[in-house]
Amino acid sequence: MLLTERQRICEDVTAWTHELGSDRSAMLPILQLIQAKYREVSPYSMQVVADQLGIHPVEVYSVVTFFAFLREGTHGKFVIRLCRTITCDMAGKDRIAQQLRNDLGIDFGQTTPDGQFSLEWTSCMGMCDQGPALLVNDQVFTRVTSDMVHDIVEACRRSFGPLAFHSREVKTEVDQ
Amino acid sequence: MTSSIMPGLVTFKTIVPNEGLQAALARSRSDVIHEISASKLKGRGGAGFPTGVKWNLAAAACGEPKYIVCNADEGEPGTFKDRVILSEIADIVFEGMTIAAYAIGATKGILYLRGEYTYLRASLEDVLRKRREANLLGDKILGSDLSFDIDIHMGAGAYVCGEETALIESLEGHRGEPRNRPPFPVDTGFQGKPTVVNNVETFVCAAAILGKGAAWFSAIGTEKSSGPKLFSVSGDCDRPGVYEFPLGVTIEQLLDVVGGNNAKAVQVGGASGQCIPAGQFDRAICFEDVSTGGSVIVFGPQRDMLHIAKNFMEFFVEESCGQCTPCREGNAKLLEGIERLEKGQCSMAYLNELCRLGEVMQLSSKCGLGQSSPNAFLSIVKHFREELMGRPHPATR
Ligand SMILES: Cc1cc2nc3c(=O)[nH]c(=O)nc-3n(C[C@H](O)[C@H](O)[C@H](O)COP(=O)(O)O)c2cc1C
Ligand code: SF4
Ligand code: FES
Repeated sequence: MLLTERQRICEDVTAWTHELGSDRSAMLPILQLIQAKYREVSPYSMQVVADQLGIHPVEVYSVVTFFAFLREGTHGKFVIRLCRTITCDMAGKDRIAQQLRNDLGIDFGQTTPDGQFSLEWTSCMGMCDQGPALLVNDQVFTRVTSDMVHDIVEACRRSFGPLAFHSREVKTEVDQ
Repeated sequence: MTSSIMPGLVTFKTIVPNEGLQAALARSRSDVIHEISASKLKGRGGAGFPTGVKWNLAAAACGEPKYIVCNADEGEPGTFKDRVILSEIADIVFEGMTIAAYAIGATKGILYLRGEYTYLRASLEDVLRKRREANLLGDKILGSDLSFDIDIHMGAGAYVCGEETALIESLEGHRGEPRNRPPFPVDTGFQGKPTVVNNVETFVCAAAILGKGAAWFSAIGTEKSSGPKLFSVSGDCDRPGVYEFPLGVTIEQLLDVVGGNNAKAVQVGGASGQCIPAGQFDRAICFEDVSTGGSVIVFGPQRDMLHIAKNFMEFFVEESCGQCTPCREGNAKLLEGIERLEKGQCSMAYLNELCRLGEVMQLSSKCGLGQSSPNAFLSIVKHFREELMGRPHPATR
């Protein structure tokens, strides 16, 4: 890791603890900010968080490893999480999974060599009336079809900033 | 009840915003709790604990400050009604939290929103900002002596954090592992202080009750299960979505409305609920019969019940926090058993052994996850034994 990157992490975490407080209860929000900005919670950033909150780094490590949305190793810029729970399963998640594998050239649990995409499974994400459902970072996509997989992946590839593309509106009611 | 009922919120949309809060602030704190108790409201998050009792305990508990936590972790497979509430009437949720704060004397509120719902956060922050501007949050709310504000905390992808003590652990910056209960959050909650944890829908009900009166609420539903209830309906039916029914509705009536009449079975209560076969569709969904936080998953005639049991078991193996042995090892063992059944290699004696293991898990697991994770498997074995046993071995097929 470059020294400048370390400095940046240090400055960021210090600023965030100023904002959120240095009580231990600020840990999860701070880790979430680190994850969002750096796409990983590196051992170095865990050490910084521990120093700021006055606890042992292993305490931070134990929290990072508990939560599915926090990661020690680097994630792709776009983390695609496909729901594998029962209603999405019945709605055809296997097809979507295969299309994702084919379009990205990786399997679940892997990251593309260019660091653009990570592919993961997730448990029910509360979109069961509109399955199959998936998340791309924070954005929700529902009633995903094989064609949409292609569109989503291409939109990610074309974009520069994090998620600089427009998702389909997430519908909260079924459109009958 | 006709099949013209369309999905969506019905009664909850008739709530006049802040009518309940104004009514509450005009009355004494104990009066407010009394009104909630009189409505016989039970928690909408699944366990069905009487909300009036919970508020009363927190009000009586010693310790300052007190906290109100809204549980929007909504991780139960097949549940999405809280998402719809937060998208459409978030204002009423915050109103309900403010009423609870007045009732128990809390000064700080937390909305614990699951990470998957991050896309809702900006609009929720906006609602909070508007409430602050209108003096519905902040100091001396509407000229009363109540000072209360609400923060949003994000979850990070862990089903078990919906369990109230695990939720509190994660808020405090620990792994989201459930605590032993007692002590309960009402006296030893967030930061060791008295804390009320309620489901999103429970707070909406509380606001409605203060606005429209306990008698209005308890007139809906059954004797022991009062009020309207939101159901998240998914799976093999024509019109999946969120529906409102009075508690006590039969599965048959519900299936009529959503267009799922030819169902083979229905999973009520999500992965931790139970599987009800077609022969029992006359049963009522309410706390005294088939209890649920609102998840209804419909299985059509073509579905393989073993595949369903396997999917649920995989969910629990993944989501168990691993803290206690019956749940950590038991779920893995049950999944292994299901794989044996799949291969047609499970003796009847072994299946009976698995069922006994399930019962042990129900009795000895530390939290609700392990206590209820065998439910789906056990009910599927009970009702579909013939379908599960004696599958041809893949090699001989
Ligand atoms: C594993 C597990 C997950 C839970 N998930 C949720 C949840 O997502 N939302 C919820 O409101 N309650 C959930 N609960 C129930 C909570 O522990 C708690 O009973 C509830 O929030 C209390 O609110 P209520 O009385 O308004 O229902 C869960 C319980 C367990 C054991
Ligand atoms: S029952 Fe399961 S989820 Fe609950 S404490 Fe034990 S291991 Fe953790
Ligand atoms: S089962 Fe996929 S979102 Fe619920």
